Amino acid sequence: MGGVTHYSALALIKAGFTGQKKWDRAWRDPEPKIHYDMIVIGGGGHGLATAYYLAKTHGLRNVAVLEKGWIGGGNTGRNTTIVRSNYRQPELHNLFEFGLKMWETMSDDLNYNVMFSPRGALVLGHSDGDMVRLAQRGDALRCAGIDAELMTRDEVAKFVPNLDMSRSARFPIEGGMIQRRAGTARHDAVVWGYARAADALGVDIIQNCEVTGLAISGGRVTGVETSRGSIGAGRVGICVAGNSGPLAAMAGIKLPIEAQTLQAFVTEAVKPMIDTVIQSQSVHCYISQSDKGGIVLGGDPDRFPSYAQRGFTPPVERAAAEAIALIPALSRLRMVRCWAGVTDMSFDGSPIISALPVDGLYLNGGWCYGGFKATPASGFTYAQLLATGEPHPLAAPFGFERFATGATIDEAGVGAGPQLR
Amino acid sequence: MMRIDCPHCGQRAQAEFTYERTLDSVVTVEMVADEAMRRLYERANPRGLDDELWRHSFGCRQWLVLRRHRTTHAIEAVVSFDPTVHV
Repeated sequence: MGGVTHYSALALIKAGFTGQKKWDRAWRDPEPKIHYDMIVIGGGGHGLATAYYLAKTHGLRNVAVLEKGWIGGGNTGRNTTIVRSNYRQPELHNLFEFGLKMWETMSDDLNYNVMFSPRGALVLGHSDGDMVRLAQRGDALRCAGIDAELMTRDEVAKFVPNLDMSRSARFPIEGGMIQRRAGTARHDAVVWGYARAADALGVDIIQNCEVTGLAISGGRVTGVETSRGSIGAGRVGICVAGNSGPLAAMAGIKLPIEAQTLQAFVTEAVKPMIDTVIQSQSVHCYISQSDKGGIVLGGDPDRFPSYAQRGFTPPVERAAAEAIALIPALSRLRMVRCWAGVTDMSFDGSPIISALPVDGLYLNGGWCYGGFKATPASGFTYAQLLATGEPHPLAAPFGFERFATGATIDEAGVGAGPQLR
Repeated sequence: MMRIDCPHCGQRAQAEFTYERTLDSVVTVEMVADEAMRRLYERANPRGLDDELWRHSFGCRQWLVLRRHRTTHAIEAVVSFDPTVHV
């Protein structure tokens, strides 16, 4: 890991002799150089993972990540930290499963504890129709070698004892489908782990450096204008989900993406009461308990365009009402924080990992409300696209051109429009 | 939550309204395929003002055009949708 101390129990004991006060910086704070071979715009999980795999897998060293604020201060710090791969569409479950396998070894790979906790993700079914759809999804997953198990009503009741299993419940529970390898991870640790590992391989992580323009000459990107001056670049990768529209507009490109806010909420911390991730086939509410003890909840997006990182109140009430209907004991808890992230809502609900119609300019965005789980897969496949100019086979279906050709990947099956999701 | 001045009902809470799409993305059956495709999939998506089609779904159910700032949420104008003017 270059000049960085290898984190281990032994290193911890050794550092104890100096009162734990002499640890190296986890990553440097370099001044931007005048030119990089690769610039990744956006220091979230995806951007830092991209830079790490550019360095590690493709041997590139002259790489910078430009972040307008502090790393991990955008959507990586605003999600509900759920990691799973149980999508119905093959293009999606293949990409997310590739990522899930990387989550399983990420802490060792990065020498940083990302606290990946494969506690299972249970999708509840509330009707015969739900159970049929869950069975179909589970079959599709198992055909692709991905774990999925149907659970009966009794098995669900035993697995999550505090669910409202009564026949008069607002959302009667008929059964469920569980992906046992799914779970949660510590979102900040993912950012810090990728930043530290990328930095150790020579990547410059430049914070407080906002990209204000793209330098394009003769149909080719040659660099970026930033709040810290002009920086030349061989290739530029946009990786700013939430703000992809304004970045692409700097190159005169309009994207099939609309920015909308999505909120998450957390209650006061309590003793362990939910040891899995609870989702639902019909109710858009997802519930898990953080390691600190807070119950983390998410619901529907706010469903109108906004860049304000604050939410619209009715979805808060709705998500809380749904969570309480599923787990009545939650009604006794106080919600202590709620926040909103600006999501890149794409027009088929799937991400865009693609070259753009300007030479040397690439886009990784459109993750809608499901990007966190993809962090390693997104970084790995995007690094391959940036390094070689050719898409990774798993990312090839996610090209920008799919909207013109009609080869959209619409998991919800609702058609063109972020307002429909 | 925003308060929206419906030209028919007066000022009401945003919860009564639903966002449909941006005004430049209305597609009509007469449009050639390229134009329809552009309108379906290409968005300016600015961090500023844009014209949007909303509906007073839980009120008078009329279609409205809002000129609205996407960061401050300030609403500059609300008018009734008129296909002879807006498409």
